Amino acid sequence: MSLLKVEGLSKHYEGRDGIFDRITGREKTVVRAVNNIDLTVEKGEILGLIGESGCGKSTLGRAILRLHEPTKGRVTFDGADVTALDPAQMKAMRRRMQIIFQDPYASLNPRRTVAEIVGLPLKLHGLARTDAEEREKVAAICARVGLKPGQLDRYPHQFSGGQRQRIGIARALVSHPEFIVCDEPVSALDVSIQAQIIALLLELKREMGLTYLFISHDISVIGYLADRVAVMYLGEIVEMGPVEEVLANPRHPYTQSLMSAVPEVDHAGRRKRVRLTGDLPSPLRPPSGCKFHTRCPLATDACGKIMPKTEIVGPDHTAACLRLAENLSLLEEVSA
Amino acid sequence: MTMTADTPVASESIFRRNLSNFAANRLAMACALIVVLFAVMAVFAPWIAPHDPNETDLFRRLQPPAWIAGGEWSFLLGCDALGRDILSRIIYGARISIFIGLAVIFVATTVGILAGLAAGYLRGWVDVLISRLVDILLGFPYLIFAIGLMAMMGPGLWNIILALAYKEWVIPARVVRGETLVTRELEYVEAARALGASRWHIMLREILPNVLSPVIVVATIRMAHVIILEASLSFLGLGVQPPTASWGSMVSDGRAFILEAWWVSTFPGLAILLLVLAINVASQGLRDAFDPRFSE
Repeated sequence: MSLLKVEGLSKHYEGRDGIFDRITGREKTVVRAVNNIDLTVEKGEILGLIGESGCGKSTLGRAILRLHEPTKGRVTFDGADVTALDPAQMKAMRRRMQIIFQDPYASLNPRRTVAEIVGLPLKLHGLARTDAEEREKVAAICARVGLKPGQLDRYPHQFSGGQRQRIGIARALVSHPEFIVCDEPVSALDVSIQAQIIALLLELKREMGLTYLFISHDISVIGYLADRVAVMYLGEIVEMGPVEEVLANPRHPYTQSLMSAVPEVDHAGRRKRVRLTGDLPSPLRPPSGCKFHTRCPLATDACGKIMPKTEIVGPDHTAACLRLAENLSLLEEVSA
Repeated sequence: MTMTADTPVASESIFRRNLSNFAANRLAMACALIVVLFAVMAVFAPWIAPHDPNETDLFRRLQPPAWIAGGEWSFLLGCDALGRDILSRIIYGARISIFIGLAVIFVATTVGILAGLAAGYLRGWVDVLISRLVDILLGFPYLIFAIGLMAMMGPGLWNIILALAYKEWVIPARVVRGETLVTRELEYVEAARALGASRWHIMLREILPNVLSPVIVVATIRMAHVIILEASLSFLGLGVQPPTASWGSMVSDGRAFILEAWWVSTFPGLAILLLVLAINVASQGLRDAFDPRFSE
């Protein structure tokens, strides 16, 4: 059984209509940030979630944790329906599902010391009987993520970005959760620090038997650490599968265009660069049919009318495109 | 892995850093000292005042200050129409001004913080209710509102405090609501929710400490306003009742003799001016120190 199962999950935001709109009876504007997502995460695996800014990656991560209440759909964690839990049960569940945030500057309360920030989960869930025990547990996890014992009583502003992210990781892990949403945990960091944090996250996963949903817009990060990858476009998953398979043989034109954007230093046969024109369409008025058809170099008239179904294209590999059968690729090698 | 902001004291908080910024501002410090002196004067009035503030002596009626012919050094600032020592009455009057100022600000800030946090964090109908109430109260002219309330409730120390606090709370409430709206969207608030913290915990432990600086600054600025309002009410005869000395009523008492005995109104008026000015300058220094966005 999968540790996490997401079925038909949607998060829609209703626009606040003015009195004029109400009088004229104009339809309510709805932003479909996350639309009808199905996915599973197995215990001990890392599912990478990739897509460009504004495609709904973070919203999906937060909807799974009910930080943003989902509009529709179901999230099952270890057999329990998370979306149906009452507040007391949800609180208990929160100990098992945690999140690491993107911005290490905004995610730590500037008025609390490291010991208070990291000790908070222990306090909230009654995991330490005495102050001494709390302190001991905090010190242990802080040491594990690479903070020095003398730094426990400092405030977040006294740390660098990489160290702050370590504090955020310690806070997420101190209650020994099983599942972590990593919401672009390294995108705000310098490249040299990124590698350290990624290595730390992988070590911790192995030691503590964690499962990650790793959100990123950086395909090379996902390629390095994920077991499986889901590609998101405008609130929907367009392709999903084992990471080697998807990266080596991307079937959806959007995945192919993402792949072509990865810079390569040394490659004998240089790949064609696929340049997507235009911006991500507004989720307020998503395109009809296949949502990608407005920017897809392979789009036909049918793509604007028919919504593609998710099809199996390989072992554990799915994609949603009308022209899958034609086996087209944007990535034909260009001879150097 | 390098420290970006290495500070000499490991546990130095933002609060302490701000406080030392404030201490560096000499003018603000001097004004803060004046405010402290007024407070000391109020607290120790019975030991400091040379005479009983309510002791009348008709032989000393409208006696001028000591440096004018006919004055006496034991009655430094002269006497009023009932022969009461003006200096002693100013010293006792400081008690009323400062006590009412503090009490009103305390009540208003407490209520305002709770209302602002609830409106800003809970949103929905709570926000609509509180924000509309704030808008309505802001629509009334302050002094007229207070005069109306005093006329309804009758004079008295507690009634003045209530009459002023009824409207004063909207100021901190609006500040707190605005700051809360910004703070609630920050990731550390979301992190607290993800950890399973309750609404109360988030409002009081995560958000409140981060919105407190502007509230403290606003409270000190408003304290000066409240002191003026109390003096206005007393001037109009709606404040603390005679014979209790209050600066506003002392100014009012002297009105009738302003030409022949200017000192009766002038000295309590100067006391109001000095205290309010000192509070204003000190609070501006506080604002500069605690909210670097304002400093230039």
